[in-house]
Amino acid sequence: MQFLEKIKKSIFSLIILILLIISFFVFKFALQKEKIYTPKITDNQIFTDFKVQFLIDEKQVNFNKVLTGKNFYLINIWSSWCEPCKDESKYLLELKNNTPIMMIGINYKDKKKNALNFLKLYGDPFEKIFVDKQGLISINFGAYGVPETFLINNDNKVLKKYIGPLNDEDVYEIKKITKN
Amino acid sequence: MIISQLGYYSLIFGLLTSIFIFFNSSIQLKKNNPIISDKITGLIGFQFFFVFISFISLIYSFIISDFSNETVYNNSHTTKPLFYKITGTWGNHEGSLLLWLLVLSGVLLGFIFKSRNEPTNYRLLTTLLHQIIVIGFFVFVLKTSNPFNEIFPVQQEGLGLNPILQDPALGIHPPILYLGYVGTSIIFSAALASMISNYLNKSWAKNIKFWILFSWIFLTGGILLGSVWAYYELGWGGFWFWDPVENVSLMPWLSLTALLHCIVTLEKRELFKKWTIVLCIITFTLSMVGTFLVRSGILNSVHTFANDPSRGIYILTFLLVLVLLSFVIFMIYENKNFTQESGIFTLSKETAILINNWFILYFLSVVLIGTIYPIFLDVILDEQISVGPPFYNKLILPFLIPFVLFMSIGPSMKWIKTNFKIKAKSFLVIIFTLILSFFTVYFVGEKNIFILLLFIGFFYLLLKSLDQLREKTKNFAQIFSHTGFSLLLISILLNSFSSKEIIKNIQVGESFTLKNEKIIFKKIAIEKEKNYESIVGFFEILDDKNRIINLQPEIRIYNEPETATSEASIKTTLFKDRFITINIIKDQNFFNVRYQHKPFMIWIWISTLIIMLGGMFAIFRKNKEVNI
Repeated sequence: MQFLEKIKKSIFSLIILILLIISFFVFKFALQKEKIYTPKITDNQIFTDFKVQFLIDEKQVNFNKVLTGKNFYLINIWSSWCEPCKDESKYLLELKNNTPIMMIGINYKDKKKNALNFLKLYGDPFEKIFVDKQGLISINFGAYGVPETFLINNDNKVLKKYIGPLNDEDVYEIKKITKN
Repeated sequence: MIISQLGYYSLIFGLLTSIFIFFNSSIQLKKNNPIISDKITGLIGFQFFFVFISFISLIYSFIISDFSNETVYNNSHTTKPLFYKITGTWGNHEGSLLLWLLVLSGVLLGFIFKSRNEPTNYRLLTTLLHQIIVIGFFVFVLKTSNPFNEIFPVQQEGLGLNPILQDPALGIHPPILYLGYVGTSIIFSAALASMISNYLNKSWAKNIKFWILFSWIFLTGGILLGSVWAYYELGWGGFWFWDPVENVSLMPWLSLTALLHCIVTLEKRELFKKWTIVLCIITFTLSMVGTFLVRSGILNSVHTFANDPSRGIYILTFLLVLVLLSFVIFMIYENKNFTQESGIFTLSKETAILINNWFILYFLSVVLIGTIYPIFLDVILDEQISVGPPFYNKLILPFLIPFVLFMSIGPSMKWIKTNFKIKAKSFLVIIFTLILSFFTVYFVGEKNIFILLLFIGFFYLLLKSLDQLREKTKNFAQIFSHTGFSLLLISILLNSFSSKEIIKNIQVGESFTLKNEKIIFKKIAIEKEKNYESIVGFFEILDDKNRIINLQPEIRIYNEPETATSEASIKTTLFKDRFITINIIKDQNFFNVRYQHKPFMIWIWISTLIIMLGGMFAIFRKNKEVNI
């Protein structure tokens, strides 16, 4: 009996030790992670085979069906609770009015009412808006947070990625790329 | 400046004293002296004194705005009011760690005084083990987070303190929270020492109970202050967001609460020895894990002052060393201390406590998993998720019902064995509970059996706790904290069901309505203060009885660093808070106005205070034999 007890005890200790050491390394990697983080995009190609839901009529559609008919698409991840998004609206509107890009909005972890309110207030630069309630779509794109903007071409290739709100220079750059 | 030098060298002397105490107490342990020499007591006093001097130097540097000091330069500004210059001392990474150290050395000094009648071996061992933690933190502060770094050339002006930290509640939140948070360190050292010195018995329980209560009360107070601050400063009208940073303060609180009940069982019945020690270790480990998560920059929040991975790695390694050390000590001395504890599974108070301990541990694991799961997922599978309220609600709420039931009947049970006699009076309590719950559910308008059950559980706990006031031997500590806890749960539940809000964009002169109330936007004024400019909106609320309530929310634009914060204006009544915030809409005359009804908010704060009061009763109750 005593022998069994001893074995039990050492197995128990071993499990705890292993758990401790695993946790230690997980935390250690987590600490260093931010520097080596890369978005989950292979060859700069975004993954498009998934269903998305429109914000307004709540219909579902496959995302690769959305990306047809244009040479360039701008995917903007935004939210009504995101302060920098408010400043960004004017640049998006500028792009909408002066470039042939299809503007796609991904409404990130938001309430429909607030989102619509936001668009009413700051203008609606988007041709199509989809909801991303859980933030999973944004993870698919490899986004860091809101706002974030991806310029992609008709091969689903990410040409440019802007973390944080767009500014004058970014708008200039996007215009330059899409002109050619 | 000379003051920074003084602070720095004082820290070095503190570290030297620690090493000295460490060796001295190990020599004395070997000699088996019957009493602790005055030398060690004196040295512990000196150690505290050195840290204190260092702390005062830092405060002084902040007060005189000595911008040759890097910490002051980064976190202060000459135009700040004196109060925020002082609180700025711990509103940053370096200063807050100095505060850690101050509390750490302070609790040891307190322990040495409070434990004069305890065995020498036990006291020496506690000192010895505690010095390991102290030395670790001294090295941490000196090596990675020195608060007295000098910069050259000396700057004329500092960078300022984050405006949302410039708040009275948050000014005193860190010291209060730290007293609880860091106070758990002495519980850890003493628990291990009691195992090694074979002193794990009733008198140990009596001795350490003070420190458990001490940490528990301050931790409760610290959490309360943080929550109150979040409510009116962050401007979304919530008081708990299940933010990882809040969670790391809740976790030690949960395990301290479990420990609190265990230690009483140990004191009265010499039971749960092993379990008590495990809880002591878990509690301090959780508070170290919290320090690690918050200070390393793994989590992003107002508490994360700097992102320097070397700091994170240091705390992490140190944490691992401490956990391993406690684990090894536990395994070695396990058999010596714990004889087989048998036959407590009768209907008794200790069984009720044990069951509730399991529940608390379950809640603790839910919070722990919710907090660190995203980190694990990120590292292992490279996926990002955030865990929000639905997770916690789903996993915690259903289990609250049996939890409060055991909590209700536990106190009226007896130690060892209870013979339940069903009295007519207990039916009365049940009937009252049912009436109250049905009435409340009807009133709230949530006709849902689950919510009804929650209310029944909470009200039953409330009435049962109040019912004990009729008993001959009243235990105010338990009655207060249980009553407070049930009130807290009831207010939170009511608050979450009947909160109402409306968001409108309006101009001056316009108005809108919410539930028979008219909200009129009267005017806008601009006021200038020493460290900020504010845009004040004047609102008039006409309630259903046509009474006028004035609310003046503000938008403050702080000058150093230039940031805008939104100050809510809140009118508190016993039954509801009226909460209003405004925001500027760029380049327009419109203001974004958010008006909320927050029922029973004040009861959330009051009930937490009642819980704390219960703890204080337990501390000041002297040598009276009362059950918990």
